[in-house]
Amino acid sequence: MTSPAITVDRLTKRFGAVTAVDDLSFTVAPGRVTGFLGPNGSGKTTTLRMLLGLMQPTSGQAIVGERAYRDIRRPAQLVGAALEASSFHPGRTGLGHLRTLAPQVGVKDARCHEVLELVGLSGAKKRRVGGYSMGMRQRLGLATALLGDPSIIILDEPANGLDPQGIAWLRGLLRALAADGRTVLVSSHVLAEVQQSVDDVVVIGGGRLIHASTLLEFEELASRDVVVRTTDYQAVETLVRERGWSFDAQLDHHVVHDVAAAEIGAALFAAGLEVHQLADHGADLEAVFLRLTESSDAPTTQFTGSASAAPAAPPAPAAPPVDGTVAPPPPPAPPTTGGVA
Amino acid sequence: MIAALVAEYRKFFSTRLWWILAIVMVAYLAFIAGVFGFSLTVDTGADAQASNFLSPKEIAQSIYALTSPIGYVFPLIIGSLAVTSEFRHKTVTGSLLVEPRRSMLVVAKLVSSIPMGLAYGVLATVTVVAAGAPVLELVGDGAFLGDGDVIETLVLSVVVMALWTMMGVAFGTVLTNQVAAIVVVLAFTQLIEPIARVALGAFDATSEVSKYLPGAAADALLGSSFFSSFGGEGGGTDLLPQWGGAIVMVTYILVLAVVGRLTTFRRDIG
Repeated sequence: MTSPAITVDRLTKRFGAVTAVDDLSFTVAPGRVTGFLGPNGSGKTTTLRMLLGLMQPTSGQAIVGERAYRDIRRPAQLVGAALEASSFHPGRTGLGHLRTLAPQVGVKDARCHEVLELVGLSGAKKRRVGGYSMGMRQRLGLATALLGDPSIIILDEPANGLDPQGIAWLRGLLRALAADGRTVLVSSHVLAEVQQSVDDVVVIGGGRLIHASTLLEFEELASRDVVVRTTDYQAVETLVRERGWSFDAQLDHHVVHDVAAAEIGAALFAAGLEVHQLADHGADLEAVFLRLTESSDAPTTQFTGSASAAPAAPPAPAAPPVDGTVAPPPPPAPPTTGGVA
Repeated sequence: MIAALVAEYRKFFSTRLWWILAIVMVAYLAFIAGVFGFSLTVDTGADAQASNFLSPKEIAQSIYALTSPIGYVFPLIIGSLAVTSEFRHKTVTGSLLVEPRRSMLVVAKLVSSIPMGLAYGVLATVTVVAAGAPVLELVGDGAFLGDGDVIETLVLSVVVMALWTMMGVAFGTVLTNQVAAIVVVLAFTQLIEPIARVALGAFDATSEVSKYLPGAAADALLGSSFFSSFGGEGGGTDLLPQWGGAIVMVTYILVLAVVGRLTTFRRDIG
């Protein structure tokens, strides 16, 4: 089963003087889970609403499969979407909500029961949505999205309001959907929520594309931290300085940046130091995410990007490629770039 | 289209609104019909003005035709809620995801409101008859339920209620804020239109305008006016012909629906 992909092409949306989405282009590969990331107010929801035909783009286009959403016949059988957890009539039951949509989705009532079972709401389906918890509403939203057995699934902040078990369950569901060959686009403002379930990431900030790549390429942007605990902190510090590694000295341990744990371990062993802990904390993606998106929100502050992994950002006007550590602040006049390179 | 209509019925019957409003409507109309039945038939001397003008049959018709002039606030509110509750609870997002053609949503709401309006119309008319006829029979000069003209009044009452429901839907597409829509419907039906009809009808220059108010058009279609029966002098006694009333009501519905489609229903849903 090959699902069609999503294509966002030079999409722009202005609300009066505010440009919510600014010349945004990216694609979503079929059969994969793509995380659509950005801080609150970065234009994620507006982008998704344009994608789903609820908002009219100021310019550009959004294609789902082969055509714009509004031109798809019985779209809910191709694209399932859950936009916000509050768009239910509080006086309707969970089942009643799905039954109001089923005729136009083009499915029988039995399917409503099926998806409720799938999201674990069978026991609550005869209760009114007004009494649902936030997590239950999210599940009902997911059930709504899955009603038409779509090959493309678009979820806006589905992890909001879910407890840790719920988030773990959601991860499993997203992976299972992708394993079926479905395309999943899932937005979040918290990277950690989706980090373990996405294959690709699209990061936006201030309505512009900041980064688009696979998760693996994204991880290369991150610094890797290794925690070292020993008995002799002085000796470790000397050793780390000798090697020219960057590190932070904490009260009872050191954090070494961007060096493989094995290499550190070997050096400590060679120096005959007693080691109590050597822990690779992996790539701190959240830090990369924050760094990328912060700079997009405040274009006049400095960029601290690593230049190597130049993302598929749009050609940012007048943004000098940033190399090394700290770039000079851009000239004050134009609101520049989302192109942290 | 059929799927869209089925969806509208499921939306309507899946909340408690429909039967709560039905109960309120029945209680209100039963009370009013009973009161008017007594006031028109019991001779209280000076106040028994209308009964001097109207034959017993006309009295009966006036009572039975109360459904629309007294009860029209209910179908208007029911119709407008069909649209405004979707915006209030943001279910319009889901509705447009399963059917992105917005004209289809507006048309489905209008069309589906016809049988609903007829059902409320039957319920309302039966209520008025059930409350009014015994009074007319026992206290007055007969209920005239088998009379052809009376039956025509009853049937037209039902039709007019359906038109009011459609007008409520059409109005809701223009004013999608639920609270605002209810306030405007209440203010218009309970205050503005009754005053406007009396005030405009009082002067020759403006009485022509008063005929085109929606309530006056409904009365014209019914062939019986609450205001002309009970309003005394200057009560807006001029009405359009029956077909004219029908055209004016349908025109209101179409104009409001088109305006709603081109304004609210063209906007971004966010």
